[in-house]
Amino acid sequence: MSKGEIVLGCLAPHPPHLVYAENPPQNEAFSEGGWETLRWGYAKLARKLKTIDYDAIVIFTPHWQTYIGTHFLGLPEFKSKSVDPVFPNLFRYNYDLKVDVELAEAMHEETAKAGIITKMMRNPDFRVDYGTITSCHLLNPSWDKPIVTISSNRNSHYYSNEVMIEQAKALGEACMKAIEKSGKKVVLVSSHSLSHRHFVTEAPLPEDMSREHIYNHSQYVWDMKIIDMFRNGQMKEVVDIMPEYTEQTIAETEAGGLIWMMAAMGVPSYPAEIYGYQSVIGTGNCIACWDPNNETRELVL
Amino acid sequence: MSEDSQILFGLYVPPHPQPLLSPDANAGYANLRAAFETCRKRIEESDADLIIVYSTTWPSVVGHQIQALKESIWTHVDDDFHYLGSMPYNFQIDSEFSHEYCSAAEKRGLHARTVEYEGFPIDTGSVVALSLLNPDNRIPACIVSSNMYANRSETIVLGKAANDALVSQGKKAVVVVVSSLSNRMFTEHIDPSEDRIHSSKDNEWNEKILEFFADGRLEDLSQLSREIHGQIRVQKVVAYKPAWWLAASMGQHNNYDGEVLAYEALHGSGGAVIQLTPSSGSFGDKEFDEDDVEYYQGDRNVLNKGNH
Ligand SMILES: [Fe+2]
Repeated sequence: MSKGEIVLGCLAPHPPHLVYAENPPQNEAFSEGGWETLRWGYAKLARKLKTIDYDAIVIFTPHWQTYIGTHFLGLPEFKSKSVDPVFPNLFRYNYDLKVDVELAEAMHEETAKAGIITKMMRNPDFRVDYGTITSCHLLNPSWDKPIVTISSNRNSHYYSNEVMIEQAKALGEACMKAIEKSGKKVVLVSSHSLSHRHFVTEAPLPEDMSREHIYNHSQYVWDMKIIDMFRNGQMKEVVDIMPEYTEQTIAETEAGGLIWMMAAMGVPSYPAEIYGYQSVIGTGNCIACWDPNNETRELVL
Repeated sequence: MSEDSQILFGLYVPPHPQPLLSPDANAGYANLRAAFETCRKRIEESDADLIIVYSTTWPSVVGHQIQALKESIWTHVDDDFHYLGSMPYNFQIDSEFSHEYCSAAEKRGLHARTVEYEGFPIDTGSVVALSLLNPDNRIPACIVSSNMYANRSETIVLGKAANDALVSQGKKAVVVVVSSLSNRMFTEHIDPSEDRIHSSKDNEWNEKILEFFADGRLEDLSQLSREIHGQIRVQKVVAYKPAWWLAASMGQHNNYDGEVLAYEALHGSGGAVIQLTPSSGSFGDKEFDEDDVEYYQGDRNVLNKGNH
């Protein structure tokens, strides 16, 4: 068996607004559109994914929050309806997805070996979180690949951003080892916004784009700074600046997803592909990917 | 004030699923379960028309959300404690009251909305509380969220709006706040028989809070909320809000008969079942310096002032 590898790492924000705006048959709510910059960016990245040979998507989500260790989805199928607790008016999505349990178990095992508290989730009534569903739907609307969801352990709350970063790095390295041993080709997904201060009121028509803007200029400037570093392949610097960035912009990076993905990918020093940036209810969202293959890596935007 | 309160009594209960799903795994969980049972009987013996739940495990972002779906049916599984089992529920919601609560909140300047969707994920704390306190839907319920960004003013006003809605519909209620005391859990899996409060500091603070509750000093606890937040709460949200909401809904005073029915560890956090019943005769020695608030004026936009 040849060594497994990570064939792509995606930063894939999950505002449910983006699925709502697409009006897929799985979602009960109906919209008149909205947030095209992000949706068109997602569509382009989804087309790139179709050209890549891979076996599974491994996604780290801030919306399965665990305080007692890191948990992995551990049953082959989940079928239910996901209703967003914050935006139930926008997102009531009927999902039917497959899990690569073998890969989940392998990552669980390697993670435990690395001294991290972990648990397999084997309750068939468990509802898969809307972060997983939104990011995976937008990256792969046909749902033709199995996924593995990894919960986000809230070390930032219990300790500090610095502790979270150390644990997320260890988790990423352990997942990488498991992927290599598995012989599989894997796409990693870090599912989150960048700056994350929301408006606490919503426009009567949520997709009314005349009402959409970033929460404040400071968040915008920080987001641009980070995206510039993505572009320039300065991921080591991004990791270093992360505690400050997260604190200043209440960023959704607080869950550890980006650090986990960067650590698993060996902290890339090559440029990221940028697919778009736009605000959603005031939060800053960037779609980006890190393509380790020099031949297929492009300058997108 | 108390004479206008439509609230027969208030309960403070923990959000963790162990008393519902694994009460026999340790004597403390069983003790909490027994305390829930006692409260269930007391609700049955009261002439409450409904139960209003304020849950700290239901965070909202877009204003304050109020559950209004008449029949809320699903099977809930906790994010951390999924291995303890599933929690099927079938709750009857007093939808008319929920709508009234929403408009009462709006009249006091809050952004609020009802949610009425099949499959809406009712949170662990609300599921545990309603399953144990009102298992047969003898009376309907209403559940209100805890906004992540809301601070004292909003929460006080949200509490008062609950009572406004009861007055306008002429209903009597039991109010239930779902919250831990200290909320730091162990970050590893433990043998339930070895459960204990995470630290002696957390335990001492919990004991002090319980003394106040036992003396019926709810308004004093409301005034101490910021201190409690700094001392024994993991900083997940901006403030410790349950005492604000409970005190505001029940009349902002210290005239209660307090009873601590149980206090036990739940995976390290402090879980207590407490009852507060309005009485005569006040207790307490605090002078309050945080202003009372009737109407929420919104943020003060401090950032945009003084730099022109
Ligand atoms: Fe999110």
